[in-house]
Amino acid sequence: MEHIVIIGNGISGVTVARHVRKLSDKKITIVSAETDYFFSRTALMYVYMGHMKFEHTQPYEDWFWKKNRIELKKGYVKNIETKSKTLHFAEGDTLQYDKLVIATGSKPNKFGWPGQDLDGVMGMYHKQDLENLERHAPNNKVCKHAVIVGGGLIGIELAEMLNSRNIPVTFLVRENSFWNGVLPEGESAMINRHIKNHHIDLRLSTNLKEIKSDENGKVKSIIIEETGEEIPCNVVGLTAGVSPNIAFIKDSEIETGRGVKVNRLLETNIKDIYAIGDCAEQHEAIGDRRPIEAVWYTGRMMGETLAHTLCGNPKEYKPGHWFNSAKFLDIEYQTYGWVFSKPRENETHFHWKHSDDTKCITINYNQTTNAFIGINTFGIRMRHETFDRWITEQRDVDYVVHNLAEANFDPEFYKTFEKEIQSAFKNQLQTA
Amino acid sequence: MSLAKPDPQDISNTQKIALALGIVGLFILVLALANVNLPNQALFLTASLGLITIGTVIYSRDMYLAKLEGIKNDGLWFKSISSRGVWGWVSGILLTAFYIVLYFKAELLGLGQGVDGANTGLVSLFDPLSQLLAGRDASQWFVYGVLYTLAIFAFGYKFMLKYKHNRYQQLRTASVMFFQLGFAFLIPEFMYRLNSDLPYNNLANMWPLNYYNFDQYRIDGFINNGSIGMAFLIFGIVSIFVISPFLTYKYGKRWYCSWVCGCGGLAETAGDSFRQLSSKKMSAWKLERWLIHTVLVFSVVMTIALVYTYLGYDPNKYWLTKGMFLLLSGIFLTAVFAVVMIFKRQELGKDARYGAIGYFVVMALLVALHLTGTTNEVFFINNGALRSTYGVYIGSIFSGVIGTGFYPILGNRTWCRMGCPMAAILGFQQRMFSKFRITTNGGQCISCGNCSNTCEMGIDVRAYAQKGENIIRSSCVGCGICAAVCPRGVLKLENGPLEGRINPTDVLLGNDVDLIDLVNQK
Repeated sequence: MEHIVIIGNGISGVTVARHVRKLSDKKITIVSAETDYFFSRTALMYVYMGHMKFEHTQPYEDWFWKKNRIELKKGYVKNIETKSKTLHFAEGDTLQYDKLVIATGSKPNKFGWPGQDLDGVMGMYHKQDLENLERHAPNNKVCKHAVIVGGGLIGIELAEMLNSRNIPVTFLVRENSFWNGVLPEGESAMINRHIKNHHIDLRLSTNLKEIKSDENGKVKSIIIEETGEEIPCNVVGLTAGVSPNIAFIKDSEIETGRGVKVNRLLETNIKDIYAIGDCAEQHEAIGDRRPIEAVWYTGRMMGETLAHTLCGNPKEYKPGHWFNSAKFLDIEYQTYGWVFSKPRENETHFHWKHSDDTKCITINYNQTTNAFIGINTFGIRMRHETFDRWITEQRDVDYVVHNLAEANFDPEFYKTFEKEIQSAFKNQLQTA
Repeated sequence: MSLAKPDPQDISNTQKIALALGIVGLFILVLALANVNLPNQALFLTASLGLITIGTVIYSRDMYLAKLEGIKNDGLWFKSISSRGVWGWVSGILLTAFYIVLYFKAELLGLGQGVDGANTGLVSLFDPLSQLLAGRDASQWFVYGVLYTLAIFAFGYKFMLKYKHNRYQQLRTASVMFFQLGFAFLIPEFMYRLNSDLPYNNLANMWPLNYYNFDQYRIDGFINNGSIGMAFLIFGIVSIFVISPFLTYKYGKRWYCSWVCGCGGLAETAGDSFRQLSSKKMSAWKLERWLIHTVLVFSVVMTIALVYTYLGYDPNKYWLTKGMFLLLSGIFLTAVFAVVMIFKRQELGKDARYGAIGYFVVMALLVALHLTGTTNEVFFINNGALRSTYGVYIGSIFSGVIGTGFYPILGNRTWCRMGCPMAAILGFQQRMFSKFRITTNGGQCISCGNCSNTCEMGIDVRAYAQKGENIIRSSCVGCGICAAVCPRGVLKLENGPLEGRINPTDVLLGNDVDLIDLVNQK
């Protein structure tokens, strides 16, 4: 029986395992050094906040794996011997595979800051990071102040986590507005204000110079690059993005760039070795996507696709229309299609914001053809299926604005804003 | 998990004062219970109930009003009361003890312990209010009704502040408050004042939740009380066969369980802090299905048996004869069974076998009833004994002692989930022919588990959402909290067309459309 070994028990690895099991009888082993069972990484924050316990982040009960004949091995893969198809573990043992899937995800970026490896400095990605945070920041007596470096999705989640335990946070963001490499100006500015409303000390256009240590090798303070200001703190969160977690294959014959290089079939340069999820890097980006997509949904889609290839029915990774979502403290964000921070050539944005400063939308469309390209929505839930269909049908912006109510996904009895949005759209056209 | 439980957040000074006020209010009740002589009962009762209310109101306002709108579950699993900690167990034991005394030892509350059967103790403290409303002394049930209604109002207010951004939550909370105060509490008391022979009747309380609705004393009471009694009786029957299936078809069983029902009302308000304690394990689901349907079969058979015994006492009063009644019951149940098996086989899925077992058990019992039933005995058991057995084990122990007493241990909907025959019938209708479902928003689920965690009915909501599948479960009471807490806007309670509402999928929206087609065609 063919043995499929998957390194990594995150959403990508587990999805491919589940789908291979649906399609075949092959022997499946998932290897992980992080945890015994699959858990939802995106939910780690809720464990620290006390909304859930760690076991609630595990989507499948423990009996699920045995019932579906998916073997789980806890171990750290030290290197891959591609000739003999053998994995060598740090623990000393080995494992033979017939086909290998690399799904090892990401690790937090560190940019060589002085003091970045001190006690109390951490990313927020692995379960071990959560345990580390629990040790260094159990409450606001042990951790009197925390500094977060890097204004992305993980940074704001870490700020929310610390906030839930009343630990004062200083949030250093390199850009002059939160996440404005992705979000258009109006949205980014609204999130800036929302962060401050939560009493988080947001410092824009601010870089970290160094992290200072006390006599025991623990974090004592940080120094800000621009002003030289010293901020005393007990915890430093490094959340300046993530990069593929592939150090252990750098010495093998598998081709790597920033990530593991794969073609559209998710194959690496070595036969019978594949890579999916955050750690995979496409030779050429697909459409407007990035070559490395470190997103939950794309990891899952690659897993769904690769299972067919592994089971003798080769399928290219052909993701549909782009979508994503996040939550910034209390404000939910969804996006369908493409909205860039600055409109590209021939593109223009229609932006509407509610007067309560927690809801807004941005629609990106082609200013010559009026074709709808994408929407960002904050504080108003929208229907994935409707936008996916509208993009496929190549609807124009007037149609989308006119039929926006059809896409509303807010709970029943919620106040709706379609009329307000429609009249704002009309006004913009008249003044433009 | 190696993580130690962190200390819960300190409560503010305002919250401490509010707690103190509430405890003083409760303490007055304890004094009354201990037969301390309180000179002016009306004054002390007002003070007690007032302090409990004011304490809860101040506490809630301090807790939620100063904060921005959003999900307020911080520290939920750290707090002792809401995570089966010491306070959880203490309150669980106290509540359970209260229910045992209430159901089985009401004299300990002072019921009829005074001169000439007058009340003493806690019950007598409530005499002035009962006199005011119904013109009679209080009973233990009146005491219970007042405290129950107070709990729904005080904690309902807290719940409405917690979800101040969510109109669905606010409206349905206002609705359960209304039905509790009006239908369950005030109207029956006023009715008594107008016509003291009429049995207690909460119009919002339907058979089989009020399994006693067709007991002889009630039927006689209704019939003997002219048009208003007959109206109650007819409304009781119409609600079972017409009103409730229609509303369930339109809106799902939530119209009752989360908007009207008093048990649901208490669970959603006073029980809100315990919703995450319900077990989401597959094994709990299996237990649930056996238990709740056994109770349903029991209550159907018992009701038929009880009606059977008193039919034929008096041919002038009851035109229906015993044999005819049994036959009609059998025909009705057979018709329901046949329609489901023929037209709703898909919805029933693998459960068809269990449905068939249930049906044949009921039929066998009806035949047995026909063969063994007399006016006093059914199945060779004295019918009074059968009724009281049901009353004690299902009506009292299951719904009260375990259902509510165990809130802090098993979660706030144990009765609704595991025992309520009404929920079983509505759930059956919901699964078979309701327009209601919880829609999953395409491929947006991140499997975080907030939905499953907060589901009071123990549904593993995430198992559906992460597959892009609608949630159509008979147990779902449509409280809407899963949708509220979802951080990615994935869930929405909706009423839509029946076609395509059950939509198992393997590959989610957002992936290659050809792959989706390929996989989902299989």
